[in-house]
Amino acid sequence: MISVTGREMSVSQWVLRSLRLDSVLLVLLSILLLLGLAVLFSASGQSVVAVERQLMRIGLGVAAMLLVAQVSLHGLRAISPWLFAAGILLLLAVMWVGDVGKGAQRWLDLGFMRFQPSEIMKLAVPMMVAWYLSLRSGRPRFRDLLVTGVLILVPVYLIMQQPDLGTSMLVAAAGALVVFLAGLGWRWFVGLGVVVAAAVPILWSQMLDYQRQRVLTLFNPESDPLGAGYHIIQSKIAIGSGGLYGKGWLNGTQSQLEFLPERSTDFIFAVYAEEFGFIGVALLLLLYFAIVARGLWIAALAQDRYARLLGGSISLTFAVYMVVNIGMVTGLLPVVGVPLPLVSYGGTSLVTLMVAFGILMSIASQKRLVNR
Amino acid sequence: MAERDAYGEEQQDRERFVVRILLALVILAAILLALGWRLSGLQVGAHSHFTTLSENNRLRVEPIAPTRGVIRDRNGILLAGNRASYQLEITVEQAGNLDSLLSRLRGYLELSEADIERFHRGVRQRRPFQPVLLKAGLDDETVARIAVSRHELPGVEIEARPLRFYPLGSEFSHAVGYVGRINQQDLRRVDGRAYAGTSHIGKSGVERYYEELLHGRPGYRQVEVNAQGRVIRELSVTPPQPGTDLTLTLDVNLQQAAYRALAGRDGAIVAIDPNNGEVLALVSAPGFDPEAFVHGISQADFAAVRDDKRRPLFNRALSGQYPPGSTVKPLVALAALDEDVTTAEREMFARGYYQLPGHERRYRDWRREGHGRVDMSRAIAVSSDVYFYDLAHTMGIDRMVPILGAFGIGQHTGIDSTGERAGILPSRDWKRATHNEVWFPGETLITAIGQGYMLSTPLQMADFTAALATRGVRYQPHLLRAMDNGTGEPEYPLPVTREPVVVDDQHWDAIHGSLVEAVHARHGTAWGSVGSTRPAYTIAGKTGTSQVFSLGEDEEYDEEELARRLWDHALFVGYAPAEDPQIAVAVLVEHGGSGGRVAAPVAREVMDAYLLEGSGMTLPEDE
Repeated sequence: MISVTGREMSVSQWVLRSLRLDSVLLVLLSILLLLGLAVLFSASGQSVVAVERQLMRIGLGVAAMLLVAQVSLHGLRAISPWLFAAGILLLLAVMWVGDVGKGAQRWLDLGFMRFQPSEIMKLAVPMMVAWYLSLRSGRPRFRDLLVTGVLILVPVYLIMQQPDLGTSMLVAAAGALVVFLAGLGWRWFVGLGVVVAAAVPILWSQMLDYQRQRVLTLFNPESDPLGAGYHIIQSKIAIGSGGLYGKGWLNGTQSQLEFLPERSTDFIFAVYAEEFGFIGVALLLLLYFAIVARGLWIAALAQDRYARLLGGSISLTFAVYMVVNIGMVTGLLPVVGVPLPLVSYGGTSLVTLMVAFGILMSIASQKRLVNR
Repeated sequence: MAERDAYGEEQQDRERFVVRILLALVILAAILLALGWRLSGLQVGAHSHFTTLSENNRLRVEPIAPTRGVIRDRNGILLAGNRASYQLEITVEQAGNLDSLLSRLRGYLELSEADIERFHRGVRQRRPFQPVLLKAGLDDETVARIAVSRHELPGVEIEARPLRFYPLGSEFSHAVGYVGRINQQDLRRVDGRAYAGTSHIGKSGVERYYEELLHGRPGYRQVEVNAQGRVIRELSVTPPQPGTDLTLTLDVNLQQAAYRALAGRDGAIVAIDPNNGEVLALVSAPGFDPEAFVHGISQADFAAVRDDKRRPLFNRALSGQYPPGSTVKPLVALAALDEDVTTAEREMFARGYYQLPGHERRYRDWRREGHGRVDMSRAIAVSSDVYFYDLAHTMGIDRMVPILGAFGIGQHTGIDSTGERAGILPSRDWKRATHNEVWFPGETLITAIGQGYMLSTPLQMADFTAALATRGVRYQPHLLRAMDNGTGEPEYPLPVTREPVVVDDQHWDAIHGSLVEAVHARHGTAWGSVGSTRPAYTIAGKTGTSQVFSLGEDEEYDEEELARRLWDHALFVGYAPAEDPQIAVAVLVEHGGSGGRVAAPVAREVMDAYLLEGSGMTLPEDE
């Protein structure tokens, strides 16, 4: 339960505080969530049940957001290391349980809902890195880079062991974005780029033939039209046949006739693109851009370094989700299981995102008092 | 001071942060523009390309098989029809574990190895959600038992499909032919697209010859399918054009009477209406069950039929080539008259053998003691071999061949069925071409009595007998009487005439007289078995005995079988009534022995069935 507020509150105080939600962000998120429900209704083959279940998750997400929005920045910062530590323990627990019962390695069954500890890390890692950097001042130095590197790479490694490449990369991105926003010097980025560029051919030469093949298929799915390529081929057909104006809501043949796989989850963007066309797609991209921009605006006005870094990282991670998903669905990026944020069917990711927006709301309601 | 530094530090940090945010926003905007560019490329630039792919995904054209035309006899009696046959089909996608389903199904019906094998082949070749045939021709009880247990048999469907059936069975198996499942070989000779929805195709006989007419044209329906291939809805339908119904020239009663007359012996009977070439009966015995091929015959059953010593699959009437024996004597006589080699009145003394001048070899007559003084008419009636040896020697092979050819020996009649063979008309040229040998005078002698190299089919014999009856007018023998494609009146094709045999009328009279003599005179070869029983009409005919010389090389030695196989084939050709010919008949009884004793009465029964039954005439009492 995320009810650690660290402070007693009367009902009237709670209502007052709740009125200090960021209205702009709230409106933008509401539009996106409602649009998502409409697309989901179509993508699920007009399943009322699917929409109801998603609505329940949205309800849960909104409740979590409202709740988290009430938490003070002081409280958030205070629990950051503890949350991080708990997340690491849960990841280890999952590995343990997963060893016993194969198959379900990512999940912990809490009785009333199943729960992915790696989701916690999507927030816990940037919170932890922001917490650490807020203790330091100035640009991150080499020592800071080492510490944050360990803070990021340990959970990333654990998540990769599950194995969940998509989530581990998003967690890495969330952590790395904090370091970037903290003003990490450009030479470090250049250095990192060089290391990566040097590592690729070495890794490649170390790989076995079938592993290389797998990597190649990842980047060129068309070479395997009935296997890995099937998804991306059908997805491109759906998007392309949508045209400028789309086939109309509930009229997308690729999705309604089930040619498009994973159409409620990872590939829901293709359903949207097929039914609403390029115009719809352009509007959706604008909506996402607006949400990210509003989040960054909130972060820019934040009270202190911790809030600033965390808010910025949350906003940009949200953008990364969206870009990776759309890039994947349009065949620009390899297919890694990243859902379209706030639109794809599925619980944990949605709740995590809403909690993140709750944090942004909290930051928004506690702007710094001194004007520039 | 420290506080001030901290404040400055904070200020600096915030400014750095804002720069980074702006940078991130610019990068994000660039990425979004790139995504937008990519999406516009897909949705606007390549829109028509992807629209085509999308339509290909969802639209499917399915063929609708046309109903095969039915086949009737000349009186409208059904020979080949279509009836609903219940067959068990399995939709693999809904069946779950196939092996377990098949073993459960064995509790309801018998499944042969061939069924299972065909089923697995079908499973490999099917489209998604296309049901695959497991077993056809289910009986009502099996259908009922499976229907009751449907819930235990997922994916199992009982389908009623039109299937060919032959109500008169084996007696028409050679005349009508049969249909069977289409195989790769069949697909090479037809347009595969027209047969996309069709399961069966004509394999032999009329069924095969008129395949194109009988099949009709398939229809199509355009359907929308989902990703699993399941049909969601029908978008448009082009109905199939059913096959043409055929009325044959065959007469069911006559055909059945002919079968009865053979009384279980192997042989062939062909009856033709000489006035138009209509084939009234086309019998090859033994027949086979044509429906076995419709349902798909098992390897073992097929091998059994194929290797049966009586060769039930062999169409003796069209494909069987036999020495025509004495049945060609009237033709040889006509040739001699036409070539002025002799006259009908000239007599000779026919001994028991004949010798070529200067040769020792004796060519024997079938009657050891000879026939005494014979003129041409008597020579034909008593079937004197020596008379014809002499005639042939005088005439020579070169003057004999043209008229035999004019009667169609050695040529396809062109009948509208399958498997017809041409027989052999030997000549000098023929022998040089096929054996690279010169013609010997002795070969002329045996050619004149229908032995030696000469071969003819029962159909040819009936055909030349019809030409004898019509004084040389020759119609092409045919089985098709009328076609009805359902759009209007049935269409009756006109009989096709062929090059006539032109001979002086008095010569025809002479030959006709001799043929009547052969049946109705006391010395005639068919007197004892036919003429003496006083038929109600006059029969003109000629007996024949076709010698079986030796075993084929590939035949196994079997004493009992050998003995029977060395018997001669019994032949009779004739027409009736002699004054106004209505029917020409050729009868072959394999290893039957004497043509007069064995084949002539068979022909008589056929003629009776055609001329007397239903015509008010009654069969005369036996004397």
